[in-house]
Amino acid sequence: MSAIRVEDLRKRYGDDEALRGISFEIEEGEVFGLLGPNGAGKTTTVEILEGYRKRDGGNVEVLGFDPQRAQREFRERIGVVLQSAEPWPNLTPHETLSLFAGYYPRPRDVGEVLDLVGLADKRNVRVKTLSGGQKRRLDLGVALVGDPQLVFLDEPTTGFDPAARRAAWGMIRSLRSLGKTVLLTTHYLDEAQQLADRVAVLREGQIVIMGAPSALTGGSLDAEIRFRRNGEQVVLRTDEPTRVLHELTAEALAAGEELEGLEVRRPTLEDVYLSLVQEEEP
Amino acid sequence: MRIFLHQLRFEQLLFWRSREAAFFIFGFPLLLFVLLGSVYNGKIDGYPASSVLLVGMIGYGAANTAFAGTAIILVNRREYGILKRIRSTPLPAWVYLACTLVSSLLVFTLETVLLFAVGRIFFSAQLPGHVASLAVAVLIGTTVFAAIGLAVTALIRSAEGSSAVVNFILLPMAFLSGSFGPTRRYPTFLRAIGDVLPLKYFIEVVKGIYLGGHALWSRPGALGVMAAWTAGGIVVARLRFGWEPRER
Ligand SMILES: Nc1ncnc2c1ncn2[C@@H]1O[C@H](COP(=O)(O)OP(=O)(O)O)[C@@H](O)[C@H]1O
Ligand SMILES: [Mg+2]
Repeated sequence: MSAIRVEDLRKRYGDDEALRGISFEIEEGEVFGLLGPNGAGKTTTVEILEGYRKRDGGNVEVLGFDPQRAQREFRERIGVVLQSAEPWPNLTPHETLSLFAGYYPRPRDVGEVLDLVGLADKRNVRVKTLSGGQKRRLDLGVALVGDPQLVFLDEPTTGFDPAARRAAWGMIRSLRSLGKTVLLTTHYLDEAQQLADRVAVLREGQIVIMGAPSALTGGSLDAEIRFRRNGEQVVLRTDEPTRVLHELTAEALAAGEELEGLEVRRPTLEDVYLSLVQEEEP
Repeated sequence: MRIFLHQLRFEQLLFWRSREAAFFIFGFPLLLFVLLGSVYNGKIDGYPASSVLLVGMIGYGAANTAFAGTAIILVNRREYGILKRIRSTPLPAWVYLACTLVSSLLVFTLETVLLFAVGRIFFSAQLPGHVASLAVAVLIGTTVFAAIGLAVTALIRSAEGSSAVVNFILLPMAFLSGSFGPTRRYPTFLRAIGDVLPLKYFIEVVKGIYLGGHALWSRPGALGVMAAWTAGGIVVARLRFGWEPRER
């Protein structure tokens, strides 16, 4: 069964079309990445699915609910990490999680959640003394304490240093092993690649490509063959690298030449991503 | 009910934990009472000046706790994204808002008790006779000012501006309504403004109960004005109150 179903979703702000008809489905237990540059419409999409914003068109189903109308029962089953939120400065992490745990019918154990987000040693200090990354982890803990089926993470690691990012990745991976469905937005390609089972690349309110990270590179860009001839760099792009390479090397052998710096590259996901999001407007 | 008590417990914890706000909201009327009480002497309208001032400070306390407290706390929580966060949880909105009201009620009740204690100890003021009437008046006062606080929350745009806006309303209102002393000698137009403010009528009702020994219901006009302000506050809040930060 799919946890989220989105069909031709549209949203405009005044004259500004933020979502121009996007569709995707997320299976239960799947980690789905919504990848795109700033302003692509990631937060708009996620907040429509969370029930914060109203859509202008299309169909949306989240855990069988229409988030626009869904009330308490729906909220008992989702966990939300907003793109920006400050927890209460004067509570401790333990108190913060206990407060939120009290809102849910079957919360997780607060100590367990503190362990999960790596704040066990900070459990009794005031939140205002925590670092930005620690506050963000507490926020993740708040999203998990109700033991939700589905977790929304809107740019969970933006602004983190590399070590904090790795730690957060570990936590998000542990969500998968808990069997949660996760919708994650990010503008970091490597993050989507590391964490998501499937990725949709969003650009100016449209999904430009969608699939498993490994599949995104397949066939969508030509291979590159590079070498130097008489000191000059030559780059050939081809969708038949085997044949082109065979001809090149045959010629070179016949002429008794060496193809200096010969190299065959498959485009990386990064190349694909950049080519997609940087394309000129049609 | 369980979720209500849970939320209320944390509202109280949050209130007393933020010391500056707790001092400003809770401690300030007590301090002001001690200071002004030492300055005023003799009788006002045939009552001991300190007792009249005590009534004024109960009025100021109601507006300070329920109006200023509610507005400042809610604007801050809204702008920091805490209200938005809470909206994603199963906690019903009405439980949340009811808890902020009841939390103010607890703080203001304690405030009232302490004001009487201070009055008794420092200025040998009488203790109130009609405790039940007074308790109902405290509940009514909290409700009126919490409703206005909710409306003002909906109209304030930023956390930085909130305490300025709130004090800009609170202090003139308290002055014009007679919190800091009788308004009899004020110019006519200032008294006219005071005549439409809910605080004036709250003070009148408390004064009637405490000093006049009247029943709460002996001033239906005053109760009517307060009811109208409550209704107005709720209407504005319903139209304009939002859970998401205004500034993006
Ligand atoms: N509340 C809003 N009012 C007006 N425009 C908005 C609002 N939220 C987002 N937008 C606009 O919609 C577009 C998509 O924004 P957003 O969903 O926040 O993108 P992302 O999260 O991918 O950065 C942007 O052009 C942004 O300026
Ligand atoms: Mg965003």
